[in-house]
Amino acid sequence: MTTTPVSTSKLRGLRPDRPDSLRVLIRRPGSLMVFAGLVVLALIWIYPFIWLVSASLKTQPEIFGSGLGLIPETPVWENYSRAWTVVGFDRYFLNSVIITGGTVALIVVRSALAGYVLGRYDFIGKKLLIGIFLITFFLPEGYTIIPVVQLTDQIGLLNTHLGVILGLGAGGQVAATLLYAGYFRGLPKELEECARLDGAGHIRIFAQIMLPLAWPITATVIILTFLFAWNVYLLPLVFTLSEPALRTLAVGMSAFIGEYSTDWSGLAAAAMISLVPVMAIFIALQRKFVDSIAGAVKQ
Amino acid sequence: MVAALEERRELRSTPRPAKLGVWRRLRRDWWIYLFLLPTVAGYGAYTVYPLVASWWFAFLDWPGFADAGTFIGIENFERLAADDLFWNAFKNSFLFLILAVPARVGLALLLAILLNRKRTPFKGLLRTLFFLPVVTTGAIIGVVFTLLLDAGGPISVAMVGMGLLDSPANFVASTDTSLLAGVAVWVWKWLGITMIYWLAALQTIPQEVHEAAMIDGARPVQEFTRITLPLLIPFLVIITLIDTVGALNVFDLMYTMTGGGPSFSSEVIEIFIFRTAFGATVPQLGYASAAAVLFGLLTMGIAVAQAVGLRWARRATGAMK
Repeated sequence: MTTTPVSTSKLRGLRPDRPDSLRVLIRRPGSLMVFAGLVVLALIWIYPFIWLVSASLKTQPEIFGSGLGLIPETPVWENYSRAWTVVGFDRYFLNSVIITGGTVALIVVRSALAGYVLGRYDFIGKKLLIGIFLITFFLPEGYTIIPVVQLTDQIGLLNTHLGVILGLGAGGQVAATLLYAGYFRGLPKELEECARLDGAGHIRIFAQIMLPLAWPITATVIILTFLFAWNVYLLPLVFTLSEPALRTLAVGMSAFIGEYSTDWSGLAAAAMISLVPVMAIFIALQRKFVDSIAGAVKQ
Repeated sequence: MVAALEERRELRSTPRPAKLGVWRRLRRDWWIYLFLLPTVAGYGAYTVYPLVASWWFAFLDWPGFADAGTFIGIENFERLAADDLFWNAFKNSFLFLILAVPARVGLALLLAILLNRKRTPFKGLLRTLFFLPVVTTGAIIGVVFTLLLDAGGPISVAMVGMGLLDSPANFVASTDTSLLAGVAVWVWKWLGITMIYWLAALQTIPQEVHEAAMIDGARPVQEFTRITLPLLIPFLVIITLIDTVGALNVFDLMYTMTGGGPSFSSEVIEIFIFRTAFGATVPQLGYASAAAVLFGLLTMGIAVAQAVGLRWARRATGAMK
């Protein structure tokens, strides 16, 4: 059957315009070797995840005693329930969801608003604002952490979700603003003129015409901010040093080591609980993920 | 990233409207400032203020957020200059950069070229697999790799099995290998995103260029060194910059994997700052701020140097955009 490669290649996300790439491989030994090398490398690349799945279902001595064997003797599902309830990952999970959701909302709203006026209008102070954005673009997190904690402490938000959300989303994240600015600048001027003739104000034009049009950028910003906020470590760690109930999944992991330093199987299960949501979202939206990152770079 | 620099050039060139008085323009544009308010307020408080405040804090003897701190002039900087542990952290960060950034940029380019070839099947799937570590949490990856790199873990077992090691080794717990282990895991984690940058860069090269090269009888290697590579140089500068800044922000991975140890062998600047400010029983916030200020200057210096490099590369390659 000559058509079989087409259907499998479609399933694997290949572009359908090269239906016979498998046959090319067979005809060209050089290509076959490159391909084989890539496959081996890819397997090595994801081995840590496969190993982690297996470790999360093993007993403590089995993790280090069974060498390279990946299949657990009998799957120990208790590792998961131990991490989830006893160590408090249910709580950490909720904290991660609240903090990530809040940060995404904050960054989308403020970046879209600022990107809209930066992209479409000229105003006094615009050059100064863009200058400050560019100077601070590469500011390392370790540089700002002490003043950010001090500021949050002074406004009384140190041990709250809101404090962490503001710390993550209020400053920085210039890329999102610039993505919106670039997109809005490309839209035709007539859009606003027509809407204004119909009697719409600035806020209505923005909310009902511009923001819906910018959905591709909003999706990109949501994805990039979600990744950032779900995985961030230093700021939530510092903010929760005296408030363990506020820990996120990432921070919860390290606390887990301190308190249960020998419970490696529980730790592997906890790592799975923390990694699976973000990996699942990535696999579901992989094309969008990769396109949004490539798009943000290319633009 | 690239977007930011492009943005600057284009935003600057927007034509100005007819001249109006400053006051009248401000009154007409009140709603613009309303739209900017959340960003300006947040950015002012959480980015610009910390930038300035760090400098002030660096001149204080400041034992904790509850106290006010006392002004001690440049004493913190003098102490830093004489602090072996600070220079050790500085050296480790620098070593990390030198080893990790070229590995990440180079390997990712190789991978991108192989995955950009028409003949390679299953490109989508392979890209996904290489990209997967990028979306995972650095802190958790750090913890997981303490297990993987343990003496009883799979990497040591496999290396002993292949005869690469005489006896099982815990890579994270040895002063010789802890920093190298960090470099390796960091490259593993972030290679996928650099690969995507390179794929985006490769796709800016028009297909006709390759076809013309083929007609002229260029071999693949020639085509790469004479045509593809020169066209990629502006991207090389910007991708190296992004990866360099990333390599200075390795706190999550290194802290959870090695904690900076054993005996400070993998302590990078960010861990030094964290340990001095938050990890000690008596916080030394002023001292840590002084280290942070030097760290910020280092990052800025690298960014400026590469921005200059980018401008040069753009001019040298002329026709690019």
